[in-house]
Amino acid sequence: MIQESHPSHPDINPEMWKRIDAIVSAGSGVPGSVIAVLRECQEVAGYLPAELIDYIAVGLNLSRSEVFGVASFYALFSLQPKGRNLVKVCMGTACYVKGIKEVINRIENHYKMKQGGASPDRRFSLEAVRCLGACGLAPVTVVNTDTYGDVKADKIVQILDKYE
Amino acid sequence: MLCSGTGCQASRSISFRDALQKEMERQGLLEEIKIIETGCNGFCAVGPVMLVQPEGIFYQKLTPEVVPHLVEEHFLKGRPVKKLLYVEPASKVTIPKMNQIPFFANQMFWVMRNKGVIDPEVIDEYIARDGYFGAAKALRDMTPEQIVEEVKISGLRGRGGAGFPTGLKWEFARKSAGDVKYVLCNADEGDPGAFMDRSVLESDPHSVLEGMIIAARAIDARQGYIYARTEYPLAVKRLGIAIRQAREYGLLGKNILGTGFDFDVDIYQGAGAFVCGEETALMRSIEGKRGMPRPRPPFPALKGLWEKPTILNNVETLANVSQIMLKGGRWYASVGTEGSKGTKVFALSGDVSNIGLVEIPMGTPLRKLIFDIGGGVPGKKKFKAVQLGGPSGGCVPEQHLDIPVDYEAIAKVGAIMGSGGAIVMDEDTCMVDMARFFMDFVQDESCGKCTPCREGTRRLLQILEKICEGRGEPADLETLEDLSAIIKEASLCGLGQTGPNPVLSTLRYFRDEYEAHIYAKRCPAKRCVALLKFEVDPEICTKCGLCSRACPVEAIAWKKKEVARIDREKCIKCMTCFEKCKFGAIF
Repeated sequence: MIQESHPSHPDINPEMWKRIDAIVSAGSGVPGSVIAVLRECQEVAGYLPAELIDYIAVGLNLSRSEVFGVASFYALFSLQPKGRNLVKVCMGTACYVKGIKEVINRIENHYKMKQGGASPDRRFSLEAVRCLGACGLAPVTVVNTDTYGDVKADKIVQILDKYE
Repeated sequence: MLCSGTGCQASRSISFRDALQKEMERQGLLEEIKIIETGCNGFCAVGPVMLVQPEGIFYQKLTPEVVPHLVEEHFLKGRPVKKLLYVEPASKVTIPKMNQIPFFANQMFWVMRNKGVIDPEVIDEYIARDGYFGAAKALRDMTPEQIVEEVKISGLRGRGGAGFPTGLKWEFARKSAGDVKYVLCNADEGDPGAFMDRSVLESDPHSVLEGMIIAARAIDARQGYIYARTEYPLAVKRLGIAIRQAREYGLLGKNILGTGFDFDVDIYQGAGAFVCGEETALMRSIEGKRGMPRPRPPFPALKGLWEKPTILNNVETLANVSQIMLKGGRWYASVGTEGSKGTKVFALSGDVSNIGLVEIPMGTPLRKLIFDIGGGVPGKKKFKAVQLGGPSGGCVPEQHLDIPVDYEAIAKVGAIMGSGGAIVMDEDTCMVDMARFFMDFVQDESCGKCTPCREGTRRLLQILEKICEGRGEPADLETLEDLSAIIKEASLCGLGQTGPNPVLSTLRYFRDEYEAHIYAKRCPAKRCVALLKFEVDPEICTKCGLCSRACPVEAIAWKKKEVARIDREKCIKCMTCFEKCKFGAIF
């Protein structure tokens, strides 16, 4: 059912709410629609904040715990905001010694984000990963699907600035 | 015939296609020569690949840069371009024709009969290869009883892993009461190292739809769902096109082929959970719940999706069905062993020369699969074991390689047929580390419903990590075995019942490696970093200095004509020197 008002959320604008309403009302009353609804809503909003999960639960006439249970079960759904570009920094020993920590510091300060989070403009997400097995190239950073080797702190901003 | 499967697309088949299209246009050849994009060819190791018909010339490792030369030589002058042809690695002989390459010559294409031959996005090409003839025969000339009987005679068994006889499953569902029944196709191929279902869906989606129509007729179902992985976007896209075309041709929907039989299929996309390959978990997931298994009985043939009688068949199983209808169960049963009939598709990967998809008759010895078709282990390394069945399976060592591909024979040596992932491992693989890798996967994917599986797999992982780090104790081996037995015994679904298999099978065949880790604190394969000393053996070192130049932290001192020395204070154990040293002098 269409609810009278939308909860306020900084990441979801009125146009997005309109699309979300369309998705929810199409799924309302259809048995088993919750996974498809969550997926489509995630495509609209980029991730699934708690307010959106609650909104979907009411719209599909399901309990909040049930919808949250589904959202947290499947690997596809993210409850944290994601950036448009995923930056993976290798935290293997070789990269650590060769200065990945300085690289991370530079990224965090320059784009104002933390490990495991996203920049305020959602341009990047930053993830620290286990050894990428490319120690000869250390320190290694992977942006989306592009691998960069020998990326020192002074070079990283120049590289990331290519990604919008 | 240009392969545009996922593997070849990743190796830039699209840019090759565009370049080829342009060049052909420039030369005015498009009238005579047609570029067809096919599904996965199977020989992913040498992609992007292309087959030129009618000569059957096979080109490999294509790049946009070679296009002008290729078009000029082959298509204008009629001379195959030698340097783009397949070269047999052992004998260095160039083999121009696809059906003479050992990788293809030793195979038997039943399930993959249309791979690389038809455009999967054009239904007419499928029909031209006898497509939907099997369904027509089943719907028009056969009763549901006869369909079930024919499948029973064929001896077809589930290709998803467990190997349950397909005919029996259909018979149970046909006999159970109820006016609403469902046919499901399990396309949630989640084993790491398995990609045969993806290939079938990408190269021949109609064969799966046809199998579902026949199954629906057999049990009298009106609705089917294909549960497909979200991770396979190309397969989902091609399935969607196939369903739309089948509806336009009256092969799905109301009154199929004028027989008064109604059946339709929809795609259901999963959301990333390995356990959803289990039948009851998959049905829960379609119902929009957490994908957790439930106890059986009641079996899905009685109470499945939405509590209605349901059959769930794997992609490869369904792709076999139309051939059985067309040529008869006896024809199908003429190939194979006593308990396992027909063919099986394997996804060969790991330390093997010819990585790709392979379809062989049941009963073929594993040795032939790995050495004749797979080309053996590259780089003069020794074969150690082949892992069958992914995280639910086990490894088969050298001494058992002569067993045939057969459900029972493989189970007897402690592995399973599984969905057909076959990962070859050479002597550099540490079996303890391998067990640890699979356990990491299983504990992460355990849904958490059964405590022995949820907690037990985590404990197994902790013990294996401990052993890999050199903190293993003699009692650990017994604990691993006891705990594994309990997890297998006390878990509801296949994930827990088979999850400890990689541990048990490595313990069975490579106990000495575990013992070396625990007693001698040594990793025989030199893979477990914590157990390596990082010293140079002066007897073996050839004083080449490669390690010193590769070291990222300048921890290796080397001068010309001197044995390299590693400074343990500076060393960060990154393994770079291990990989660079061609002589294995570092230990």
